Amino acid sequence: MKIGLEIHCQLTSLKTKLFCGCSSDYRGKTPNTFVCPVCLGLPGSLPVLNEKAVELAVMVALALNCEVAPQTFFVRKNYFYPDMPKNFQISQYDVGGSIAIASGGWVGFLVGKTRKTVRLRRIHLEEDPGKLFYHGTIDTSPYTLVDYNRAGIALLEIVTEPELEAPAEARAFLQKLRSILEHLGVSDGGLEGAMRCDANISIEGGGRVEVKNISSFKDVERALTFEIVRQRDLLKKGVKIQTETRHWDDVRRTTLSLRVKEEEQDYRYFLEPDLTPVRISQEMVELLRSRMPELPDARKERFLKAYGLPEYDAEVLTSDRAMADFFEECAKLYDKPKAVANWLMGDVLQCLHSLEVDIDQAKLAPQYLAEMLKLMDRGDISIKIAKKVLWEVMKHGKSPSTVVREKDWWRITDLQTLEGYIAQVFKEYPKAVEDALVDEKTIHYLIGKTMEATGGKADPELTNALIRKKLSQMKKGS
Amino acid sequence: MEPYKLGAWEISQKIRNRELTARECIVSFLSRIDSLEPKVKAYVSVLREAVLKKAEKIDKKVKRGERVGMLAGVAVAVKDNICTKGVKTTCASKILENFVPPYDATVVERIEAEDGIVIGKTNMDEFAMGSSTETSYFGPTRNPWDLSRVPGGSSGGSAAAVSAQEAPLALGSDTGGSIRCPASFCGVVGLKPTYGLVSRYGLIAYANSLEQIGPLARGTYDCALLLSVIGGYDERDSTSVNRAPRDYTRSLGKDLRGLKVGVLRELIGLGTDEAVVKAVLECASKLEEMGALCQEISLPVLSYALPAYYLIAMSEASSNLARYDGVRYGYRTEVDLDWNQVFSKSRREGFGAEVKRRIILGTYALSAGYYDRFFLKSLKVATLIKRSFEKAFQQVDVLLAPTMPLLPFRLGEKIDNPLALYMCDVDTVPVNLAGLPAVSFPCGFHQGLPIGAQVIAPPFREDLALQVSFAYEQAAAFKGRTPTL
Amino acid sequence: MALSKRHISKEEVEHVAWLARLELSEEEKELYTQQFNDILDYFQKLNELDTEGVPPTLHVLELVNVFRKDEVKPSLPPEEALANAPRKRGRFFEAPRIL
Ligand SMILES: [Mg+2]
Ligand SMILES: [Zn+2]
Repeated sequence: MKIGLEIHCQLTSLKTKLFCGCSSDYRGKTPNTFVCPVCLGLPGSLPVLNEKAVELAVMVALALNCEVAPQTFFVRKNYFYPDMPKNFQISQYDVGGSIAIASGGWVGFLVGKTRKTVRLRRIHLEEDPGKLFYHGTIDTSPYTLVDYNRAGIALLEIVTEPELEAPAEARAFLQKLRSILEHLGVSDGGLEGAMRCDANISIEGGGRVEVKNISSFKDVERALTFEIVRQRDLLKKGVKIQTETRHWDDVRRTTLSLRVKEEEQDYRYFLEPDLTPVRISQEMVELLRSRMPELPDARKERFLKAYGLPEYDAEVLTSDRAMADFFEECAKLYDKPKAVANWLMGDVLQCLHSLEVDIDQAKLAPQYLAEMLKLMDRGDISIKIAKKVLWEVMKHGKSPSTVVREKDWWRITDLQTLEGYIAQVFKEYPKAVEDALVDEKTIHYLIGKTMEATGGKADPELTNALIRKKLSQMKKGS
Repeated sequence: MEPYKLGAWEISQKIRNRELTARECIVSFLSRIDSLEPKVKAYVSVLREAVLKKAEKIDKKVKRGERVGMLAGVAVAVKDNICTKGVKTTCASKILENFVPPYDATVVERIEAEDGIVIGKTNMDEFAMGSSTETSYFGPTRNPWDLSRVPGGSSGGSAAAVSAQEAPLALGSDTGGSIRCPASFCGVVGLKPTYGLVSRYGLIAYANSLEQIGPLARGTYDCALLLSVIGGYDERDSTSVNRAPRDYTRSLGKDLRGLKVGVLRELIGLGTDEAVVKAVLECASKLEEMGALCQEISLPVLSYALPAYYLIAMSEASSNLARYDGVRYGYRTEVDLDWNQVFSKSRREGFGAEVKRRIILGTYALSAGYYDRFFLKSLKVATLIKRSFEKAFQQVDVLLAPTMPLLPFRLGEKIDNPLALYMCDVDTVPVNLAGLPAVSFPCGFHQGLPIGAQVIAPPFREDLALQVSFAYEQAAAFKGRTPTL
Repeated sequence: MALSKRHISKEEVEHVAWLARLELSEEEKELYTQQFNDILDYFQKLNELDTEGVPPTLHVLELVNVFRKDEVKPSLPPEEALANAPRKRGRFFEAPRIL
């Protein structure tokens, strides 16, 4: 099985669109209010290229180990769709002496515990189309509503070689790519629709199927899995898989055929006459290289050295910029980095998943995690309580000590109180007491029951000692 | 004298000196328009109320002693493919019949900044595709020298308006000769600027890589004046060249002594009307009399310009005109069908025959199997043409050639034969492929019909072309002749 | 004409017209096929010219790196954005159904 991806990333750190001065901050705005003659494709309007977009594209190219073209051109990709203001897209393509801004390159990432490298074919700049809205779904809507606020937003298209071999790999690759772009500060993958993806998939003995309209990493995995199952089913039935383009319906979670090969488009690419070539000098490349922030792979190396983390931890943490930032903030406040990493990759990640938030939007601040770890270290709370505290912090954004105070979750270290609980447990479970008197190993049952009775607050070591003491007294007494 | 008979420069001088009011001038042009339009049909729309208000504003400025611009109170007719804010801009097409741009073209802004007044929008071949102004959705414009003949195209309305004294100045656009052709047919001066001199922002594109907006006037001085106003860098057009602004009226009046003029053999060659050849050669002798040094120059590659031009222009046009789908603006069919059907029906109903012809041919020339053979080949031919001009300009300062190979023809005479119409552009298109400036000026008359010659200059040497045109004009026997209407 | 190769058939004209989203009548198809063949015949003239090794003119001007600063400029007033739309629904342009 071979999977290739075409990823469209909005350069969200730009203030304006690719070819006009309209604000790019279109999310949540009234439809068709962030438009001008240029991005509405009004007759007579002309595009002018955003310089910053070129700089960001070069930085991405460098970050992805690509070769930056010394001279690049814009072309028109001619195809018709209501979201396209001019019915052509200003893009880049290798045709008639024109070449895209960068080619080649690779991304290394972890899938589970295995390392994988995927090569890139090219990177190019292009304009985003507008957004379509249907009454119901695309195939039943009696009309199509168009909002051009998004039209003209700067997109970077990144095309991989078809070297991914499973839906999970595609997702892991995208996660790493997002981390790189976020480390560069060019694209915030957390924004709705900021990173979208078309996937090509071909399985042994079948044609190449392109799935369009995938707008989240989760959906990439879903859409690919759906396609694999669909295609394998067809193959089993002896039906040949035709080369075609399909549309991912994210509501019904299925793919629909858009067009088969015979109808494949002829984009009639030709040079955009309204824009000049872009020449990228070696000096400019070096200048931009010198301005590049630390990237995930370099950061990972630093994590290994500075924090003594195992490679796996360092890779996982740096595959998500916000996670890595969180880790470093926390490690500044709490000097056992491995513990921070364990908590982040374990309980914190679990909480994030079930709350469906990213760490940078979560109510857990690095100082809260540090504070919680310190509470544990001081013996103020047990690990069991710590997990409960984490949940409370993530849900309500209160500091761990506030949570512990309000809930009265302090560890019970007072001998008298604890002895009271133990006496109660001994009374309730006489059989267990008898067993423990005979076989010392069964003492854990009593410890467990005492912990339970205190809601996890009892100091386990103290409890252990007190129970042993009580048992030996009983032995002596008998 | 009736103000409409005056040139642009005289009008603005008289208004500035309070010999005339802007209102008087505008009223004079409006009544001229009223009396002649039924015959000439140069305009698609006339901005009656708006122009009076603007004129009054200028008069107030003059009264208060404030500075007024170079075009104070001068009426300018603007080709209807140049966007005017709040004023219908139709490209003489049904598909844009009701299109009202929310913005002004840069050239319109510049004219208004100099207190010029856009008096109306002029007729043209639909989307500037044609050489006769017969493909207009609103019907043809007529040649003021002979109403049974075409005014040339595609800026036929602009040339006719100026020729008939319905405006002292006009803007046209020249993709393959669309300013020079009607200037020649209507006996006026028209200039196609160097590619990049005049902003295209607001010019509704036909073939972006070839076209420029340019001035038309009855005399060279006014033509230079309008060029000085509209020329210059514009950050909204990426292909606009950043050069210092220039007053093109300054170089006029310089004598021609020692100026080397190359007479283009290919363009006076086979297929050119004898009367045209005669007039251009006489023009050359006249220039020699005035001190210019004429020699024949041969650029054989120019005979390949026409097919290369049409292939490039049609290809770009096919893409430019894809936006007319009836969603954001423009005509949309009434039928409720799916996207592709509504799209193709709206275009069937909205575009005229010549536009469809060029869109289909352009689509064909760009499609996968034909790209190299047609489009790419044409771009290579353009390189050869550009190079041959460069070589010629090492030998001579300017080049002289007929503007059109024939005299203004009769309405309907060629409209059914597209190829024959294309052939009319044979002398004008090389200049567009090479991005050069060229001015067409009247160089003679034959049986009452004007003949135009063009002077082609190196890039950004509009001054040289205008200098020649001006010198000839001063000496011409027919100086000041206007059509009788 | 008899000797010259015919370049484009009626079916091809139909196909290209579809690519360009231009519905044609039967008469137009016939007429255009005839005219296109004449025109393409003439365009073939380009083949006489050897362009081996000649670079295409990508831009007649030798301009490069024409840029705009990443600075926000005002967009159109809301009422103007939709003013020319043949059909609209609320703040949206109304396009035909896709399928
Ligand atoms: Mg793309
Ligand atoms: Zn815009």
